[in-house]
Amino acid sequence: MSVTDRTRPRAAAAEAAVPARPAARTPLRQRFLGSGTRPGFLSYGLLIAFLVSSAYPLWWSAVIGSRSNETLGETWPPLLPGGNFWKNVGEVFDTIPFWLALGNSLLISSIITLSVVSFSTLAGYAFAKLRFRGRNGLMLMVIATMAIPTQLGIIPLFMVMRTLGWTGEIGAVVVPTLVTAFGVFFMRQYLVDVIPDELIESARMDGASMISTFWHVAIPAARPGMAILGLFTFMTAWTDFLWPLLVLDAGNPTLQTALSQLQSARYVDYSVVLAGAVLATLPLLVLFALAGKQLISGIMQGAVKG
Amino acid sequence: MTTTVNRPAGPPSGRTVAKTKPTFKQRLNVFDVKASPYFYVAPFFILFALVGLFPLVYTFVVSLYDWHLLKGQGDFVGLGNFVEVLQDRFFWNSLFNTMSIFLLSAIPQLAVALFLAAMLDQNLRAKTFWRMSVLLPYIVTPVAVAMIFTNMFGEQYGLINNILGSLGLDPVMWKNDTFASHVAIATMVNWRWTGYNALILLAAMQAVPRDLYESAALDGAGAVRRFFSITLPSIRPTMVFVVITATIGGLQIFTEPRLFDPVAAGGTQRQFQTTVLYLWEMAFQRQNFGKASTIAWLLFLIIVLFGVINYLISRKIATADGPRGAKVRLSRADRKRIERTNR
Repeated sequence: MSVTDRTRPRAAAAEAAVPARPAARTPLRQRFLGSGTRPGFLSYGLLIAFLVSSAYPLWWSAVIGSRSNETLGETWPPLLPGGNFWKNVGEVFDTIPFWLALGNSLLISSIITLSVVSFSTLAGYAFAKLRFRGRNGLMLMVIATMAIPTQLGIIPLFMVMRTLGWTGEIGAVVVPTLVTAFGVFFMRQYLVDVIPDELIESARMDGASMISTFWHVAIPAARPGMAILGLFTFMTAWTDFLWPLLVLDAGNPTLQTALSQLQSARYVDYSVVLAGAVLATLPLLVLFALAGKQLISGIMQGAVKG
Repeated sequence: MTTTVNRPAGPPSGRTVAKTKPTFKQRLNVFDVKASPYFYVAPFFILFALVGLFPLVYTFVVSLYDWHLLKGQGDFVGLGNFVEVLQDRFFWNSLFNTMSIFLLSAIPQLAVALFLAAMLDQNLRAKTFWRMSVLLPYIVTPVAVAMIFTNMFGEQYGLINNILGSLGLDPVMWKNDTFASHVAIATMVNWRWTGYNALILLAAMQAVPRDLYESAALDGAGAVRRFFSITLPSIRPTMVFVVITATIGGLQIFTEPRLFDPVAAGGTQRQFQTTVLYLWEMAFQRQNFGKASTIAWLLFLIIVLFGVINYLISRKIATADGPRGAKVRLSRADRKRIERTNR
């Protein structure tokens, strides 16, 4: 809003200063491409095209997933979903332990999120607000480790899990991602500006210990940042595929590894596969509808700070 | 303070108590101040060393041995695994496929994301709606994306070949043809990530001071000119960030090629077998942990190399002609323009 207010008088000045320019443009072209302050039809047209390409693959999956395998052979796919969705979903339930997988995914992602957010906030607060010897050196280590692809250590990790007898258990999926360097970096960047130093000093003057200062001053200020980090950590844990595929078996899968079993069945019914894909996306669609704004501001804040 | 007041009044025994009590408290306080930071950062470093760093380093140890999935550690072979892997044409094939898919996804993705960000950086109605609409694919997990697009790119009954057929065109062999399969896999990556990257670039674009655009517009620069001489130079650091993240992720692509052909690991002719997929095949199908670790370690070196190259290029670009130069030029022009209009 403030942008329009600021640009309008300037744009008017521009027209006054260079009278030849606006006259040279035909009004039609201006309506199409937009005047300086409001974009024209062309912009909205292109955005609608993007919207269609974003949404159509999902919609198409819902259409095929609610019909039968034969629909896939039709030249032009039908535009609307059919009535077979629940029948296909029933077959999904027969093929894979869907509810167990959903529960596992929820549990794994929640534990990882809780752990990453807690440890990142603690370390990020120390790096942002406390003075200690070796702070800069340690922070450099955090930044350097962010670029290291730790996922490539899967072979020793697998050997360790097998030695511990954890393969097939949820714990084996959780443990390798209990902390992330990105989380520490993100919370540090977030907390540097958010907590004024005076607030910490005055809490210390009042006799609060370090940990109680952290608890009563840092945590309340850190909450929005913790929510953003939590959202992304949850998404990353939820979408992970390679590691759970290695350490879990078909009887005790995550949602992602269970879904992949639909695809690799001997006889593949594509409408069932797509019904499964749609079913697994539904919870995230709901989350997106509720927290989409936060997700967007999280991505955009992370970009500016990162 | 209290010690000096108490000292003359209290009995000898009380004196020592009064003397030590505050110092103990003070010492506790000093300890609290000095040690707390280390306690706060310790959990991260300890856990990271255990589950992040140690496995990576130990991968190198494993790569020096004959090491079988079930039989375990065998003979020490030194760099023998490295020699074998570097002569393995399947390894080079996987590297070629990874690079090809990476380039087919990174370049169009960045170009489209830039364009999309520029579209979103206008004074749109219903801003949040448009932003959400570009982010929609991000919430579909890679497994679901792979399932959906594998069906769309089906060779016999896939949506895309059906449409090509109805237009009188020949069907494309999306799985059997090397290049076509790379395009199909890159499409999955692009579909999921373009909007996400567009939002990152949009955030950078919004941080560009608006008066830069206004003064450029006053000087008669059109929208295209403004985009190339103001927007692009100003958001370069963010573009480098996007490229680096895309590289780290892109070189480790696994889910999409794994599920594109659920039976063979990367196609019947390995035409879309990526390096991580080959690593997986080596470790868990051929059960050769030694060689698989070698592949992991080589890929690690390649990713680090890419990171360093990216960093050096971005530094060179930043020093050659950064946003600062553009800003100075424009503000001077702006000043002139203002002077002229004031007169």
